[in-house]
Amino acid sequence: MTEATVTVSEISEAPSSQWRDVWRQFRHHKGAMFGLVVFTVILLAVIFGPYLWQIDPTQVNMRMRNQGMSAAHPFGTDQLGRDLLARLLAGGRVSLAVGMLAMLLSLVLGTFVGVCAGYSRRLDGLLMRVTDLFLALPLLPLLLVMVMLFRETLSRAFGPETGVFILIVIAIGVTSWMHTARIVRGDVLTLKEREFMLAARSIGTKPSKMVWRHILPNVLSPILVSATLGIASAIITESSLSFLGLGFPPDFPTWGRLLFDAVDQIQLYPIRVILPGVAISLTVLSVNYIGDGLRDALDPRIRGR
Amino acid sequence: MFHYTIRRLLIAIPTLLIISLIIFLLLDLAPGDPMAQMPLTVPPEVKERMRQALGLDQPLLVRYFLWIKQFFWIEPLNVLDSLFGWNLVGDAQRIISWQTRSPVADIIAQRLPQTLWVVGLAYVIGVLIALPIGIISAYRQYSWFDQIGTFVSMIGFSVPTFFTGVVLIILFSVKLQWFPSIYDTTLVVDDWDSLMKQIRQMVLPVMVLALFNASQISRFMRASMLDNLRQDYVRTARAKGLSEKVVVLVHVLRNSMIPVITVIALGVPTIFGGAIITEQVFKVNGIGQLLISAIQANDVPMVQTLTFIFAVLIVLFNLIADVLYGILDPRIRYD
Repeated sequence: MTEATVTVSEISEAPSSQWRDVWRQFRHHKGAMFGLVVFTVILLAVIFGPYLWQIDPTQVNMRMRNQGMSAAHPFGTDQLGRDLLARLLAGGRVSLAVGMLAMLLSLVLGTFVGVCAGYSRRLDGLLMRVTDLFLALPLLPLLLVMVMLFRETLSRAFGPETGVFILIVIAIGVTSWMHTARIVRGDVLTLKEREFMLAARSIGTKPSKMVWRHILPNVLSPILVSATLGIASAIITESSLSFLGLGFPPDFPTWGRLLFDAVDQIQLYPIRVILPGVAISLTVLSVNYIGDGLRDALDPRIRGR
Repeated sequence: MFHYTIRRLLIAIPTLLIISLIIFLLLDLAPGDPMAQMPLTVPPEVKERMRQALGLDQPLLVRYFLWIKQFFWIEPLNVLDSLFGWNLVGDAQRIISWQTRSPVADIIAQRLPQTLWVVGLAYVIGVLIALPIGIISAYRQYSWFDQIGTFVSMIGFSVPTFFTGVVLIILFSVKLQWFPSIYDTTLVVDDWDSLMKQIRQMVLPVMVLALFNASQISRFMRASMLDNLRQDYVRTARAKGLSEKVVVLVHVLRNSMIPVITVIALGVPTIFGGAIITEQVFKVNGIGQLLISAIQANDVPMVQTLTFIFAVLIVLFNLIADVLYGILDPRIRYD
């Protein structure tokens, strides 16, 4: 859950002067700072909120249904009397967890493919053809199809919630690694021509060592940027799936699912649609701004100014 | 250029074959049974005959090649037949939907106009809005116009279409009651009144999609204009006394359009497939809605064919984008 905060705080605390430069540049980007603050607030609320606001998000209370805003239920209750604030917090946990895990998976896949293709000339042609192939697939329809096909099987194996969680994370991860792979491959190809690589090779560094010690640290910045943008698109994809009714099971709150459930009563209770929608939008917007700021800060051509 | 185009065309064929195989195999794993909705009173041997009629007793490869043949040979011939009144197909087996038992292509042909109207119009409007915004934002970089434009495009880019759609419904059809929230496809446009009705019901879905497309394209346009405005040839053009209008709108714009046009071409397949969510929000019964209902009903031939059509469109427009790039930018002619 905390990968993003870790990477972000690493930037601020790392002793190396390059990261300090990056942080200095990053701080000047107003949108990025706004994004960082908002995203941290959302993240903290979602992680610690359920401990502070201890109403069970799935508890049905028919006497208290369709309540407006009150002290007991700050955002009111839904058509089954479930507390909306608790549901939003619980839903945010799932949405953010899906977003980050799917991003992590796609990043690992993309970096692996990119480094292999860039580093080994024999694998390059094959891997890039596969990447092109994946780019030519119609992704949203395929995601829908994958969810439809494997939902039953995985639900039976891991229980309905965990099964769908695993399925959605894998499905999103497997369909979103291509851009990272292409960027990383390009960077590795230019790195390979640099003198320090030649020097490392000439003192007999093993290929695995070359990758870990010399290549990966140098392709870290494009990976970081695509990581932030990847979280945003993974959250949107998950909520779209839930919105189309092909995501998590009905009693399991996620932001997309809450929005989907509220659409039927949009005329009477528009607030129930607005709240999860604003939560999704704010999260994605802040993550996109962080990504923008990071890209500017990590680009040495812009950093000097 | 010609050789390059031919080579790209030839590469597209195996790509499409592999994609079709992936789609076919993925769906063949489906646990759904087309006979599941038959009444229980139908005796098993009749069910078995019905399965044979659907060709389900054949081995996997035979079914795959049959599907490929139907998709690439019989259905196109069928389109020609209905256009020119020929009879090339005869009574060859077509791709049949399990849900409705009618040819898949006929249903798609019924649904296509709605999608093309709504989503295509939204794309055109999106492009038309995006280009001037991108040009002005880049020319007046960091001005208030640029700040607002960048912010709005960031929002349009980040807020998912299902949420913008729902917000617009709350605003314009629940509170203000200006536009209907549901797209009525049975509406026949034959007089002024029904035309106005048609326009009013198209406003909201077109607005949602146009905002989304415009925000993406205007970001590209702005970045590309900024790249070109810093080039030396711009200084040369100004130095030889050309008016600012000519410099920006002829010299810079033409060069910055090169990558933008490829982006626009690459976005065209999403007109057909990417509007699934918007169609669902406004209940437009177009292609996207057809796909969702087919997925929920386990209608394997329909899902296969639709997904593969999307794939064909993506490959085709990738090809078009590549060729366009070569035509527009003489530096990257490939020969």
